[in-house]
Amino acid sequence: MNVCVERLKNGIITENPTFVMMLGMCPTLAVTSSAINGLGMGLTTTVVLTLSNVFISLLRKVIPDKVRIPAYIVVVASFVTMVQLLLKAYLPFLDSALGVYIPLIVVNCIILGRAEAYAGKNPVVPSLFDGLGMGLGFTFGLTCIGICREILGAGALFNFTFIPEDFHITFFVLAPGAFLVLACLTAVQNKLQMPSATNVEDSEAMKCGYCAGCAASACVANKGIIEAERVAAKAAEAQAKKEAAAKKAQAAKEAKAKAEAEAKAKAEAEAAKAETGAPAPNAEAAKAEEKED
Amino acid sequence: MNQLLNISSSPHVREKSSTKSIMWDVFLALMPAAIFGIYNFSIKAKSINAVLLIIVCIATCVLTEYIWEKCMKLPLTVSDGSAALTGLLLALNLSSTFPVWMAIIGSVFAILVVKQLFGGIGQNFMNPALGARCFLMVSFAGQMTSFTYDGVTGATPLAIIKTGKVPEGLAKPGLLDMFLGNIGGTIGETSALALLIGAAYLLCRKVITWKIPVTYIATFAIFFLIFGTNMAGVDSMSGEVLLQELCGGGLILGAFFMATDYVTSPITPTGQIVFGIILGLLTGIFRVFGASAEGVSYAIIISNLLVPLIERYTIPTPFGKEGIKDGE
Repeated sequence: MNVCVERLKNGIITENPTFVMMLGMCPTLAVTSSAINGLGMGLTTTVVLTLSNVFISLLRKVIPDKVRIPAYIVVVASFVTMVQLLLKAYLPFLDSALGVYIPLIVVNCIILGRAEAYAGKNPVVPSLFDGLGMGLGFTFGLTCIGICREILGAGALFNFTFIPEDFHITFFVLAPGAFLVLACLTAVQNKLQMPSATNVEDSEAMKCGYCAGCAASACVANKGIIEAERVAAKAAEAQAKKEAAAKKAQAAKEAKAKAEAEAKAKAEAEAAKAETGAPAPNAEAAKAEEKED
Repeated sequence: MNQLLNISSSPHVREKSSTKSIMWDVFLALMPAAIFGIYNFSIKAKSINAVLLIIVCIATCVLTEYIWEKCMKLPLTVSDGSAALTGLLLALNLSSTFPVWMAIIGSVFAILVVKQLFGGIGQNFMNPALGARCFLMVSFAGQMTSFTYDGVTGATPLAIIKTGKVPEGLAKPGLLDMFLGNIGGTIGETSALALLIGAAYLLCRKVITWKIPVTYIATFAIFFLIFGTNMAGVDSMSGEVLLQELCGGGLILGAFFMATDYVTSPITPTGQIVFGIILGLLTGIFRVFGASAEGVSYAIIISNLLVPLIERYTIPTPFGKEGIKDGE
């Protein structure tokens, strides 16, 4: 159960596909001219993503590794076709508003990315929640952008107009407005330090190239190499630490021994001083003898 | 004796000009056009809107820059005059009947989005005033393209040349009127004479060089001579039509004052010529084959985006390095 909740939170907040991972930019920028379009696109993608995640997870042991991408595409394309036919039948207005972007869900990188990074190697139930979480995160992102653009550009919210037409800034309904709104919302997300994978200070996720910890990593081979490198680096570090510790211990030991020897020598010298009463000439004589040798 | 022992590192001969002096030079050079615009659209037409637009645009730009730099704890660059110049240029690019509140949005867009979000002065990727003009053009197309002259709202001379349709109650504009500025248009673009006076001042002060404006206008003229008859309103090519095309619209304002913006134009001499040719071609294509009669602002912002590429391929070879290729 914990895994499911974690997956949901991961999709919606930590690794939000729109504002954190910047995936699926094509529909994000193209269809968010109104809140209802964003919501419709998001929910359609959620349905496809959840179903494809479940089926790919079920088939993960059957699909050969070499042909997994074509296999994933076939699964995703089947669901997209179903969803498109259903939309045409029951929500024709949404179908005409989203247009070509519904068939394009097939090549949406969020869906392939999740299949590759998660559903392809995890059990069914977590995969289901992973798809659901990512889909809802995508829906949330698209709806936010859609709301901003619709209010600024068309003076409306979910088709309810509340600003007179003279005050509409058409720029925001057109393509450049999408870039501007997306950038501003992402900037706000970063500025307010919202809890996301990229907003953790001094975490390993921040370091570039740390693909192993990044759920969006699609390249398994790379992942293995980087994981191995990381393990090796860690081992080397541990080894170095161990050696350093050993050296330190030895140095301490030597220092101790030296100190002891010195102390001993001093004590002896003092003792000798006390015994002889006049050690200086003796010592000088000894030195002179040594020189002659 | 002290004088002789004065030690300083090179360069020993320094140019006295600074960002501030250049900005105010350009500001001063725009004054004839601005004053003519005020005379033409405010005093003659007895409407305060043109004056108001100029003041509001300058004030909003300066204020936006001040507030943003204060909020972001950046060094203040208000006093160098770049924001005020952006405001003035934007106002000169607006129709005299443009609503003031829209101009405020445009000014904020110019400074905040085009300039400050990309790193402030010296970092903007396109001319802020033209970026804002295109933003307003896309957002409020109706108000941006409604030009009033002498109390009559009508097509600009360029639109008449393009479509060939002379609206009722309006005469086909003569070349002299277009040169002097007795025509409809944006506040600052109508009078070619006033703009040329300012341009001559800039050339004398060596604030701008001849390269960009001259190649720009020459390329456009050649393009128009070849393809101009494709326009519905041009039956046969004549010197008069060509000069009308050159005087009308924002060509002179754009060529001398906005295409030569230091930040968004190439610094290499060859690059400046390439830049001018691209500008001329784009303006010609937009004016002759495009849907609208005007194309200078879009031509300049598109060419602005090409500047890094142009500079990369036109870096001059240092003395003594001729014939030596990279990496050898």
